[in-house]
Amino acid sequence: MEKQTNYNMEKILPIGEYIEKGINSLEQNLSFLWRVIDDGISWTVKNMNDLFLAIPVVIILVAIAFIACYVKAGNKMFTKSGLKKGYGLTLFVILGLLLIYAMGYWKEAIQTTTLVLVSTIIALILGIPFGIWSAKSNTADTVIRPILDFMQTMPAFVYLIPAIFFFSVGNTPGVIATVIFSLPPSVRLTNLGIRNVPGDVIEAGRAFGANENQILFKIQLPLAMPTILAGINQVILLALSMVVIASMVGARGLGSIVYQGIQQNDIAKGFESGVGIVILAMILDRITQSIGSKK
Amino acid sequence: MVGDNDIRIKVEDLTLIFGKRKKEALKLLNQGYTKTEILKKTKCTVGVNKASFEIKKGEIFVIMGLSGSGKSTLIRCLNRLNDPTDGRVFFKDHDITRDSNKQLLNTRRTEMSMVFQKFGLLPHRTILENAAFGLEIRGEPKEQREEKGRKALKTVGLEGYEEQYPDELSGGMQQRVGLARALANDTDVLLMDEAFSALDPLIKADMQDELLQIQNKLHKTIVFITHDLDEAMKVGDRIAIMKDGVVEQIGTAEEILTDPATEYVEAFVEKVDRKTIITAETLMFDKPTIVNFRKDGPKGAIRKMREAGVDVLPVEDSDEKFLGYVWLEDMLKLEKEKVKSVATALNTKVPSVYKHYTVEDMLPLITGHHYPLAVIDEEEGRLLGLVTQTSLIIESTRFNDKEMDKLIGEANEL
Repeated sequence: MEKQTNYNMEKILPIGEYIEKGINSLEQNLSFLWRVIDDGISWTVKNMNDLFLAIPVVIILVAIAFIACYVKAGNKMFTKSGLKKGYGLTLFVILGLLLIYAMGYWKEAIQTTTLVLVSTIIALILGIPFGIWSAKSNTADTVIRPILDFMQTMPAFVYLIPAIFFFSVGNTPGVIATVIFSLPPSVRLTNLGIRNVPGDVIEAGRAFGANENQILFKIQLPLAMPTILAGINQVILLALSMVVIASMVGARGLGSIVYQGIQQNDIAKGFESGVGIVILAMILDRITQSIGSKK
Repeated sequence: MVGDNDIRIKVEDLTLIFGKRKKEALKLLNQGYTKTEILKKTKCTVGVNKASFEIKKGEIFVIMGLSGSGKSTLIRCLNRLNDPTDGRVFFKDHDITRDSNKQLLNTRRTEMSMVFQKFGLLPHRTILENAAFGLEIRGEPKEQREEKGRKALKTVGLEGYEEQYPDELSGGMQQRVGLARALANDTDVLLMDEAFSALDPLIKADMQDELLQIQNKLHKTIVFITHDLDEAMKVGDRIAIMKDGVVEQIGTAEEILTDPATEYVEAFVEKVDRKTIITAETLMFDKPTIVNFRKDGPKGAIRKMREAGVDVLPVEDSDEKFLGYVWLEDMLKLEKEKVKSVATALNTKVPSVYKHYTVEDMLPLITGHHYPLAVIDEEEGRLLGLVTQTSLIIESTRFNDKEMDKLIGEANEL
């Protein structure tokens, strides 16, 4: 009896408590900032939602099918060879979106897409500059790398807690959690892409008197673009994979239907919404991947 | 004469040290320690060791050495892609080692342009955009730079390829784009870092010819790096040979071949195809015995032949113009017939060469007969000297005298 108590070890370093205290004081002292962020994200998500929902389904369908065909076939999309290249993805996009519509989850699919788009845009606005920075400076790289590891491997539920704390339930904590989880690939792949630009091309730039900005915008970024686009593709897919978890803190969309299905033990609901997410994921993935592979 | 104004680039005691403890290494170097000792003591590598030279306006100055000799490091000091640890680099009066960063960018944009071994073209841009890249960096308006780019592409023979992409072109053509990019900038200094080394031998020879043609028109000051001695000899007006970061010798191709300054240079030039470099001027012996057409009759000719120990002598008239050869046999015949002039026996249908003719040029001229080649003055036809067949054969086969004697001995036994 007495010996067993030894396993109940005492906490020597209560890191969690420090973090909690820190977060508490952040919440209290910077409440103005949290309000601004919350309002900004909520406003964007709501308006984008309303906009997409206001457009007739047929127009959205045609527009996305057009985009799919364009990224596959480029300018030749109306020629025979272009159609041959593009018809597969175009057909898939049309059928997939029709299926979602037929299942009755159009509105939720739009909400999910909006959430993914907003999160992706925020993640890229933050991620690409950090990627450039860590490519240019080894010190920045060594500091940023473990933070990225932390963001990717820390279970997403853990940072849902403070997210609710700062922003209460709704779309905002969902977006914040999604941004944190999906941002790392954009940093990593931007970094990788820039570092992989052949040294001789950069040297040529320097020899002709290019300054740092010219090197970055005329040489490094264009040559790193395929890798950066692969990073963007990853960001989108990771964002989509977060929708179910984000729904736990009140984000709307297909994820919340999955969540309802779990809670109500409703196999039909769960399956349908799950298929909807898969279709969205495949459409977004194929389209962004084709952008990356196009010359 | 080369005055100070003709010096385009002047390099003084240029030293570049790689590593963290540069200052310490430089101090040791100045105290006379060797490269290996410095490496051991400070873990610093001496890339370029007190190189000094002057490059004249309008010449092709070749820096040649094997890989690791520091030649590429040295050329990068000229535009400070590598920052020299010590020493000065002057472009005319402008010391670029003292340039601030901003001045340096300007210097690179306006004073010089560079051609690279690996081309260094931008794959996402068209040939024309690549050719105009230097001008774009300089901030010239689009129309102007495209016009200059087109002109430069025309100069290197790439008209019609403007809208293609680098990966649609062969290696040789890509390097033409690299050259066009450098020419488009219209700087009078051109730095070429192993520009043709990555090309196939035939393409390489083409490009060398092309470079020489362009140089004939444009008269740039070119610094040309290569590890290929044949290439160095072909394109270079003067050649600097480098080893372990040290410039071992500077001179024309022929000076280096005929008078190597160090054992290293000697070992190096042994492999060279001397046939294309050694000229009649080097090989000929001057002040040969000459029969004077007016003064010497057959008798005089015979006496001169006996004195010189030969059976054939060149003949010139009184204003030193080369006329042809006379043979001992004919002279004896004429003497017997008591003829006073050598005119009837004079063979004027003999080949003669100018002093810049190479061994390769001369070899075909010696087959089928047995007399030396006359080297004559280009303007007046004055006889300058004679190139013997033996010396030509020695040069072309690279046998030394002992080997020649042995060969002759063997031939006699047969």
